[in-house]
Amino acid sequence: MRGPSGAGKTLLLRAVADLDPNEGLVTLDGRDRSTIAGPEWRRLVGYVPADPGWWANTVGEHFGEWTAALAFVNDLGFSDEAKAWPITRLSTGERLRLALARALIVRPKVLLLDEPTAALDVASVAAVESLINARMRAGLAVLWVTHDAEQAKRVAHRHLVVEAGQVREEAPEWTIISP
Amino acid sequence: MDNYIPLSYWDLAAASLLVFINAGLSVIFRLRVHRSLLIAAIRMVVQLSLVGVVLTTLFSAVSPLWTGLAALVMVLFAGNEAAQRQERGLSGWWSYGLGTGCMMMSSVVVTVFALLTALRPNPWYDPRYVIPLLGMILGNCMTGISLGLDTLTTSLVSRRAGVEAQLMLGATRWEAVAPVTRQALRSALMPTINSMSATGVVSLPGMMTGQILGGVPPAEAVKYQILVMFMIAGGTGLGAVTAVLGGVYRVTDGRHRLRLDRLRPPKPA
Repeated sequence: MRGPSGAGKTLLLRAVADLDPNEGLVTLDGRDRSTIAGPEWRRLVGYVPADPGWWANTVGEHFGEWTAALAFVNDLGFSDEAKAWPITRLSTGERLRLALARALIVRPKVLLLDEPTAALDVASVAAVESLINARMRAGLAVLWVTHDAEQAKRVAHRHLVVEAGQVREEAPEWTIISP
Repeated sequence: MDNYIPLSYWDLAAASLLVFINAGLSVIFRLRVHRSLLIAAIRMVVQLSLVGVVLTTLFSAVSPLWTGLAALVMVLFAGNEAAQRQERGLSGWWSYGLGTGCMMMSSVVVTVFALLTALRPNPWYDPRYVIPLLGMILGNCMTGISLGLDTLTTSLVSRRAGVEAQLMLGATRWEAVAPVTRQALRSALMPTINSMSATGVVSLPGMMTGQILGGVPPAEAVKYQILVMFMIAGGTGLGAVTAVLGGVYRVTDGRHRLRLDRLRPPKPA
């Protein structure tokens, strides 16, 4: 999903995640969202914001069981010692990758990503893309907001454009005009 | 209890010189507080004089109706004060209603408890006991509740991302807000805990000092003070817990969302 800043991309993701009051019909596998309790819905539909939030001091405290988290955390390039790292010492890229691991552990069916690679270096971008790709092959549906047209081309099966609060689908064979 | 020294109006006038000295200092150091200092001093004199008249009437009437009415007015004023003291209070009726409701519930419960168990005046609603006790409990309850609610709302605003991150992982609203709730309750109870531990060492409580000046033997005044401290602790705890939990209930909703839109907009800087 792409669109100019302020078009409502984040608002749309938050509405799907049911974080803000919103109207409209949202279904998952034919189940109406209004029949599913909020916490259960958010375990099915994960959301990683552009600037993920933290509620404790160290990395480990944000994961229920560290041993269970290790597989995900190692996949994203962290060692076992990351458990004791203070959140304040993490770089933006590290925070994003940990937030991603945190969201994946819950095993959601849908993942909403708000510019997950905007602050990452090239190698980390590739790592995140391949991880998400692997999950998508395993059946995870992803709604991915990006400003990077090349990335959209690499990862997306459908392309949505948000403009002035309206969502429209672009044909998959759209061409990219590089600046 | 007639062995106290009555004060004449000349005595008070002489003491008021001290306020004028303060005002003079404000002028010399250009603090620009002399006006508000003098206005505050005049307000204090007028308000206390009125209270003196009201209490004299109330105490001579000993009527459950008038005592109850006076208690209600005190609770409503305290509720208003608690609502004013919050940076980002709840919006609409909740701003006033939550604090006032919790204050009324907790202070009435604690005061009636003390009247029926420890003090047992005859009649039990004797305003000479009800009004001062309620006043002291309300004053502390008000501080506790406004601190608790203020900490709750300002922390939820500043820690919103962390709370929503927990909600996003499937936490319920109570789980996601728990660290902020604990922080709010701690700051609500801190003044009471601090004043209990400092009492008698750092400070002599006003009520006890007043009783001693009024001719009550210190040992008796101390017993009253201990009773009042326990009542304050109980009332503040009960009021703050209900107010903070009520606040959490209001700033979240049945879909387990954080509803900061239900707070008053921030005051312009």
